[in-house]
Amino acid sequence: MAQPPSQPSHDGLERRWLGRPVERIEDATLLTGHGYFADDMPTRAGTLHAAILRSPHAHAEIVAIDTAKAMARSGVVAVLTGAEIKQDSDPFIIVLRQPMDQWSLATDRVRFVGEAVAVVIAEDRYIAEDAVDDIEVEYRKLPAVIDPMSATAADAPLVHPAVGSNVPSERHFSYGDPERRFAEADRVVEITIDYPRNSQTPLEGFVVAADYQPGEGVYDVMCNFQGPFTVHPVMSKALRCSGAQLRIRTPAYSGGGFGVKQAIFPYVVLMCIASRRTGRPVKWVEDRFEHLTAAIAAPNRIIRAAAAVKNDGLVTAFRFEQIDDYGAYLRPPMPGPLYRQHGIMSGAYAAKDMQIVNKLVMTNKTPSGMVRGFGGPQIYYGLERLMQRVAVELGLDPLDVIRKNLVPAGSFPYRAPAGALIDSGDYQTAIAMAERDGGLADLRRRRDEARAAGRIYGIGFAAIVEPAQSNMGYLSTIVPVEERRKAGPKGGNVAYATVNVDCLGAVSVTADSLPQGQGHATILSQIVAEQLGLDPHDIRCNMERDTQRDPWSIATGNYSSRFSSSTAVVAQMAAKKVRAKIAQIASQTLNVPADEVAFGDGKVFAKNNPDNNIRFSRIAGTAHWSPSELPTGMAPGISETASYSAPEIEPPNDADQINTSLTYGFVFDFCGIEIDRDTGAIRIDKYVTMHDAGRILNPLIADGQIYGSFGWGIGCALLEEFAYGADGSFLSGTFADYLCPTACEVPRPVILHMESPSPLTPLGAKGIGEGNCMSTPVCIANAVADALGVKDVKLPLTPARVKALMGETEKPPRVAAKAPPARAAAAATPGGKALTGSGAQTVPASPEVIWRALLDPKVLARVIPGCHALDQTGPNEYRAEVSLGVGIVKGRFTARVALTDLDPPRAATLSGGLEGSLGSTTGSGRVRLVPQGAVTQIDYDYVVEISGKAAAVGGRMLDGATKVLIGQFFQRLFAEIAPEAAPRPGPARTWWQRLLKFLGLQS
Amino acid sequence: MLELKEGVRHPVDFILNGKPARGLAEPRMLLSDFLRQELGCAEIHVGCEHGVCGACTVLIDGIPARSCLTLAVQTAGRTVETVRSLAAEDGALSDLQEAFRRHHALQCGYCTPGILMSAEQFLRERADPSEQEVREMLSGHICRCTGYVGIVEAILETARSRAGAR
Amino acid sequence: MKPKPFTYLRPADINEALQALARIGEDARILAGGQSLLPMMNFRLAQARALIDISRLAPLAYIRKTAGEIEIGAATTQAQLLAWPQLGDATPLLSAALPHVGHFQTRSRGTVCGSIAHSDPASELPLCLATLEGKVVLRSSKGERVLPAAEFQTGMLATARRPDEVVVAVRFPERKQGAGYAFMEMAQRHGDFAICAVAAVVSGKTTRLGVGGVADKPTVREWSGLPNGELDDALNDFAWELGGTDDHHATAAYRRELVRRLGRRAIEEAAKCSS
Repeated sequence: MAQPPSQPSHDGLERRWLGRPVERIEDATLLTGHGYFADDMPTRAGTLHAAILRSPHAHAEIVAIDTAKAMARSGVVAVLTGAEIKQDSDPFIIVLRQPMDQWSLATDRVRFVGEAVAVVIAEDRYIAEDAVDDIEVEYRKLPAVIDPMSATAADAPLVHPAVGSNVPSERHFSYGDPERRFAEADRVVEITIDYPRNSQTPLEGFVVAADYQPGEGVYDVMCNFQGPFTVHPVMSKALRCSGAQLRIRTPAYSGGGFGVKQAIFPYVVLMCIASRRTGRPVKWVEDRFEHLTAAIAAPNRIIRAAAAVKNDGLVTAFRFEQIDDYGAYLRPPMPGPLYRQHGIMSGAYAAKDMQIVNKLVMTNKTPSGMVRGFGGPQIYYGLERLMQRVAVELGLDPLDVIRKNLVPAGSFPYRAPAGALIDSGDYQTAIAMAERDGGLADLRRRRDEARAAGRIYGIGFAAIVEPAQSNMGYLSTIVPVEERRKAGPKGGNVAYATVNVDCLGAVSVTADSLPQGQGHATILSQIVAEQLGLDPHDIRCNMERDTQRDPWSIATGNYSSRFSSSTAVVAQMAAKKVRAKIAQIASQTLNVPADEVAFGDGKVFAKNNPDNNIRFSRIAGTAHWSPSELPTGMAPGISETASYSAPEIEPPNDADQINTSLTYGFVFDFCGIEIDRDTGAIRIDKYVTMHDAGRILNPLIADGQIYGSFGWGIGCALLEEFAYGADGSFLSGTFADYLCPTACEVPRPVILHMESPSPLTPLGAKGIGEGNCMSTPVCIANAVADALGVKDVKLPLTPARVKALMGETEKPPRVAAKAPPARAAAAATPGGKALTGSGAQTVPASPEVIWRALLDPKVLARVIPGCHALDQTGPNEYRAEVSLGVGIVKGRFTARVALTDLDPPRAATLSGGLEGSLGSTTGSGRVRLVPQGAVTQIDYDYVVEISGKAAAVGGRMLDGATKVLIGQFFQRLFAEIAPEAAPRPGPARTWWQRLLKFLGLQS
Repeated sequence: MLELKEGVRHPVDFILNGKPARGLAEPRMLLSDFLRQELGCAEIHVGCEHGVCGACTVLIDGIPARSCLTLAVQTAGRTVETVRSLAAEDGALSDLQEAFRRHHALQCGYCTPGILMSAEQFLRERADPSEQEVREMLSGHICRCTGYVGIVEAILETARSRAGAR
Repeated sequence: MKPKPFTYLRPADINEALQALARIGEDARILAGGQSLLPMMNFRLAQARALIDISRLAPLAYIRKTAGEIEIGAATTQAQLLAWPQLGDATPLLSAALPHVGHFQTRSRGTVCGSIAHSDPASELPLCLATLEGKVVLRSSKGERVLPAAEFQTGMLATARRPDEVVVAVRFPERKQGAGYAFMEMAQRHGDFAICAVAAVVSGKTTRLGVGGVADKPTVREWSGLPNGELDDALNDFAWELGGTDDHHATAAYRRELVRRLGRRAIEEAAKCSS
């Protein structure tokens, strides 16, 4: 590549490469399919493959696990359960001192659908999955708690009974004098938001290959972990070994991470144990179903937000009560999302008084974890919806309210009330630029025209502060000051990079950023090339990491947008050390002082006389071949490692203030959306996003980060949610249920930039990859609120939800009988109750005949659909092996049926459940026999809960499938007790219509 | 009638990226696993195994197919093209690949091989696609990194440059 | 997500396929495009002792115009039908509906007959077949029978196909002179299963509307000489009859509303296209 002319920059260094849209060095590899990901990494011959049995229940005791059949299967080497895991490992360390033990497999109890219960290790994955289906687990179902508000109730089922509550941590913070501000306010504006569970779901799942080496007791693990390495001791402690005995290696390429790949760690421990137990290397590749069900999600959060306001729109104080849902277990570094942005809870606003209550809630859902934005999407959903409400309630323009409350220009670095030190910015100018260059006036015109034409149109705004590089001590804010004092101060964020130069001047770089597509190798090569006067393509960046060979730090990893203010900075430091060393060596040859040595075009030369030069490679050779020729006292060779931790990210102080991040960028978005009056579908008419991320290191990559986080922001706004039934069943187990936006759903946003370099980092760069995750969901929600004039807007804004917000009432049918049976009204609502139904039919038999049939096991065996064998297990209690299915979907189940509340021959309750590899159901139905002369009317109603794979994969069809199966049961019962009157298979349509009519399922 | 018994690994002969290839597969083995595990095609990326994400898309007899929704034994006697078939023998990227690089149409690169195969076949079929048509074609792929902006631009630009070259 | 073991059969012709099916019965499945079957097998929701691969049976890959009908053979892919030059003229409804069926990359393998045989309540092709009153040709080793669409699909994923039968072809009636056709659907993303799909045919005073995604199978209603003012009431009654179910994507009430709103839009558009 031709070298571009250099440009002066704020740090006085000439810039040939930094700040330029250098095409990515990674791309040629990835575009040709030569990027090797974790599952492509070599493993030793004889590597075994693992598959995991997972809980179909949200909450249940494990009564018994029978692995005999699985073990007997050819090709199966081992089956491990919680019992073995408990023998071999300790529970994972957690942030709180609470009895919430968790191992890599469930031990006595399962607490969410998808929790790992057993692992099969076999010759290949296919066989391992076959054996998973062979394992029989007996569960005793427990009541589950799903909704975080219900979880806080005094009588809620307890996720961890030993804690005694589902709220293991509650902290109150107060900054300034919020009570007084609220008392003196002209008005208090309040809103409650309920942010859903979602995740950016990397396209590559978790991969772990563990190889135990008994000689030194070392676990050698290749996995696509993304850091932070705070979790490394969590794993080694669980394995009862030292960190040096748990060697974690990560590949150069990783198929997306977005925070999620931090959550691989329990599986690392599990596969280490599997390798040790089997004496063979063991590999596990997470599949999509496992990932969606059981990896992690960003915590769903309820925020009760309030602003004390003056009539002119000035906010004098904020109050936030946050109820953050961590699911079934608190896995390190949880509850990060609740504290990661604690210092900047006041966002871009200048209000100095603030009250925060943080409640951490446990429920029977998949554990929460790190996801891009890390608490920010939730916080800004509360804050920016609140600001929009301030405008609405005061009759002001929302943008005027934002502007009125911004941190004043010229006040940076600015200390926010909860401790953030906002390094730089000019929010007013950024907004003015966005207004002008983004065409806000034109958008307002479009809105007015659309509304005049009777269309539904709204404009939304969002102003957010984008933090980058976490203060590694942020989580200690969760413990009270006294406890913190005892534990010692925690802060900082240590980064490492190494620059090596070989004897011919070839330069290689290693660094601690564990990239997953962010182009870190390209940017590091730009930085190092800049320092050494080389071309970025001359620099090889090896982005693999190995805890046994590379410098170790707790901060190692790719999260909190730490790269550009941390790893990039330390790489520049290492390159500068190399530069200084080479300059010193060259000064001897060139006969100029070292500080007059310059670098460029592969040469080292005298700044004032470029003709006096020597090849870069020649100097490098001296360091390797002629150590004795080096200046006195200089270490031989050229390999420079630098480490760095910014001093500004200090531990929290005694007033609970903490500078949670090193840099703080600014994002201001506005958008226009139109809602289809008929369908409720949202069309994004225009989206403008303005970013001040300090100095941009590579504009191509920077915009790519914005497009990417915007794309996910659109997903969160419109499509993505991990849905649960009220019984805890998980409903989003496929990519047809968990809806990632495609190219048809993500519009192209208008990106605008301004640059307020950070004075706190040598490169002046801040983070840029998480802002739109925080701004876009709420910006769109604000536009919808504006369009419809509504207050409560819940994400994702699916067409059905938007339509419901439109507040139309449904017109009844002309003939009331045409309304479907009561069933529909009581039926499942999204995330709501179990499936319910009822029906009635007249049967030409006496109640006594029907009664005898129901109580006769032989008859029952014939009546239960697909029944292979039925054993009586007690009075009116049976166990049966059944094959059930709808269409091509079929599965084998163990059924338990009991007849209770007998009121012969008038009524009985039929209850029981099914357990099988397709999932688990429990249900009950009350059957009433009402004599009507010579015939009997059978009335029935039922409640069915379905959980496990069938619910997670087939949610769309559950209601229909339930009807079909119940239909099969009653059809058989009908045939049994009144064969002559039973519907016979005739022309299909007639047969089904009659059957459904008979069942009362169709009018 | 050809009958391949369950639980037995059968030879599968086919043409892979222009060269004869052979591997052993049980009837149930997915083409994605077969290509990766038997033939070392690390360029096949498995993202969902239920046909939604598109990462594993290859061309079979020139037609796009989800390799996770194809059995290895189904490809006997057929031609399979992966992303390795796109670049020139000397490693020079194809015009489409170059456009992807120019437009930063990839980040982690996991979805990229599948998208390239779809896009290549799409461009063979449609000389002058509209942006909407490109987006609809792309709706059969999930990319979690890029927001699709660069991908759409790269495909449109390649279409234009190929049209110009004709 | 790997399928359970099965034996793979590749018959040389349809008769071999029928014999194999007769021999193995209910535990055998026909594999054509595999775009519905294989995901379910990967999830182990579906399993089979044997898969009978008919995708290479060239004689079954055809689109044929006969006596007012378009017959589509069992090995014909959705992409082949979409690319058929006469599609727009012959069956405008299919032409409008096919782009909504899955994606470019699944239409290239997924077959027309396979989609109809699978009979997902929300898929587009069964809805078109029902609305147009098309037919399904079923063949077994004992013979062939032809069922009207309304008799073929009996419920959710349920059809009148007997275990030894193969759907060898489907027949769509050719467009009627003077009739107008329209297809619309609401899906959350392009190519997803429809929350509600509607297919309308307007011909003279007759209006026919098929609805998918709401009841357990596509359901068709026909009105003759409906006064313009009564369309909304008629659609409302139809919506209530279909009922709809709640799932995590949409409520039953929302589905009913789409029947009313999209139904009206589609009928209006079809009327515009009719003469």
